[in-house]
Amino acid sequence: MTDLAAVLFDGVVYSSWLFLMAAGLTLIYGVMKILNIAHGSLYALGAYAGASMVGAWLAGGHPAVASYALLAVAALAVGLVMGPLLERGLLRLVYGKDEVVLLLVTYAVFLILEDAIKLVWGVESLMVSEPYALPGNFLIGELAYPVYNLILIGAAVALGLAVAWGLYRTRSGKLLLAVIHDREVSAAMGINVDRTYLYTFTIGATLAAAGGALTAPTIAVSPGIGVEVIVLSFAVVVIGGLGSLGGAALGALMVGIVRSIMVRYWPEAELFTIYLVMALVLIARPKGLFAAPEARKI
Amino acid sequence: MRRSFVHLLAAAAAAFAATNAWAQAPVKIGIVTFLSGPAAGPFGVPARNAAEVMAESLNAGRVPGAHSAKGFGGAPVELVLIDEAGGPQKQVQELRNLAQRVDLVIGYISSGDCLAVAPVAEELKRLTVLFDCGTPRIFEDASYRYVFRTGATATGDAVALARYVLDRRPGVKSFAGINQNYAWGQDSWNDFEAAMKALKPDVEVKTSQMPKLFAGQFGAEISTLLSSNAEVIHSSFWGGDLEGLVLQGAPRGLFQKHLVLLAAGEPAINRLGTKIPDGTIIGARGPFGPFSPGTELDKWFRATFQERYGVPPNYAAYKMAQAILGVKTAYEKAQKAGAATPNQEQIIGALENLTFEAPGGTVRMALGKGHQAVQGVAYGVAKSVGGELTLVDVKQYPPEQTTPPDGVKSEAWIKSGFKAK
Repeated sequence: MTDLAAVLFDGVVYSSWLFLMAAGLTLIYGVMKILNIAHGSLYALGAYAGASMVGAWLAGGHPAVASYALLAVAALAVGLVMGPLLERGLLRLVYGKDEVVLLLVTYAVFLILEDAIKLVWGVESLMVSEPYALPGNFLIGELAYPVYNLILIGAAVALGLAVAWGLYRTRSGKLLLAVIHDREVSAAMGINVDRTYLYTFTIGATLAAAGGALTAPTIAVSPGIGVEVIVLSFAVVVIGGLGSLGGAALGALMVGIVRSIMVRYWPEAELFTIYLVMALVLIARPKGLFAAPEARKI
Repeated sequence: MRRSFVHLLAAAAAAFAATNAWAQAPVKIGIVTFLSGPAAGPFGVPARNAAEVMAESLNAGRVPGAHSAKGFGGAPVELVLIDEAGGPQKQVQELRNLAQRVDLVIGYISSGDCLAVAPVAEELKRLTVLFDCGTPRIFEDASYRYVFRTGATATGDAVALARYVLDRRPGVKSFAGINQNYAWGQDSWNDFEAAMKALKPDVEVKTSQMPKLFAGQFGAEISTLLSSNAEVIHSSFWGGDLEGLVLQGAPRGLFQKHLVLLAAGEPAINRLGTKIPDGTIIGARGPFGPFSPGTELDKWFRATFQERYGVPPNYAAYKMAQAILGVKTAYEKAQKAGAATPNQEQIIGALENLTFEAPGGTVRMALGKGHQAVQGVAYGVAKSVGGELTLVDVKQYPPEQTTPPDGVKSEAWIKSGFKAK
């Protein structure tokens, strides 16, 4: 029984981490039809910014409790600077081009940002584990878990609900859904599509940076961390259905829990868990779990 | 005006003297090491730094002892740096270009890259010295004339580690592993598992965790290891994964509940310090870093590297210095045999079966028909003293206990209970 609880908890923690990245990715695709490879770099930037800010704060001898607020500030700073910069400065110039062109443009941005990160932070890793260790542990059976894992789950749920509320319960959210449904008609009806794109990309970028900043205390922030993340979050988004927030949540939960079960009972197979889940889902539903039905154009 | 003309003349004379100080043309060495990507921080850049500090010191004649001759026997050393990132296919292309620009190549950290470039170096007939990669397959599955490796194979690391664990805990009943799911992690685990079973047949494997390389998140794996009740946990993790394992595992009691072995843990000491819990067994893939022999050459290398880069040299830096000094020794041996400016064939002839001194101690090119080095392996136990991590209970294992005889494959040697000849 304890084993089962531990497996489920490990799975949910991993799912929360996956969801933080996948949510921003699926939002950007849903609205802008861009498969944003640079999402991985925004995650890495969030992690580096968070680790740097917390590191400097702690080096100054300030109280470690405030480091949680600094992680949030780092995520917001990266999102609010990089989001508009990339959307206004680059992506705006290539809208309307083929999806493959957009994919290549974001891949170029990813490569540039990876090198920029190396230029700024070098190749040595950054470690700020204080926020991870500070709240202590709790027990599931005999297994100790850091309380920080609960913060991670809480943040994923809170951010997921906030985005869902913004989308489905506010006027701007409904305008955004209208743009997702049909860009041309929305523009004809007077919706400022350009501004919608800017907001969406900035929110998506902030979610990626938040994922990075929240993960920073649990890992060694080192070159290349964005690569791994982008592959996993793409798989989760595809499982959930490109553009579906609920799909990303369910996809992340499925992958996280199945992976956790595999690690415990069949570790040899863990490596292809995510692709197994993806293959099974796509066999049953080729466009993912929650893909919106597409009108056939004649 | 007159004064500045005199200065100009003096500068020109100095420049002329500098170019003429070398009686021979420079030896151009291509250095291939990770300058970007996750392996750059722990291995690639320290190795690059070691290459640069060695080249400068050799050219200035500052290296002590047997290596005090300037450059390579009077010829200055010039380095051409190449980034190892990008995978084996890219490295094969890079080598094809590099081989035309340099006299010899020293490089390669990844075993995948070594396996890919070795046959190409042979085809190009360009002397290539592998300095760090560990797979024993290079000289066990093939035979080369132009390829050498001045570092010992990973088999020795695994066998020595199994011996060290059983020397410290003869009654150990079970062990588990967490290793990265690619060649290095799989080979390290397989060799360690086989060596443990050969030395103590009744020992039980509880679980073998193989997360993806650079997975970063090990929550579920740590839970499984904690629940496994294995006495010993083996890990050949390196870089960000190793640091992540310590950061995530230590608060959960992984290192308190189990005897954890970090086979390639030494490069993380500078980074993690006392975050590595006391009692952890740490290795450096040879007699490097904290396990180095303390000879005059070793002390000079440590002090020079530390002064220049602010950190002590880790095992990757030691192994790079070892490769450069191996070639230097061969070059000068060929000179003594009568070749004033030895050609590639003469250097190769001198390097085969060579014994030479490096900061990590004596190196013998004893395997692979004189192309593969053997060297002892050391392990120690982490202990914090005055806020710094030190290694205590250090034990060295000589090559005779860790390496198969020439011509015997590592896997067969371990499985035969170290008896195959």
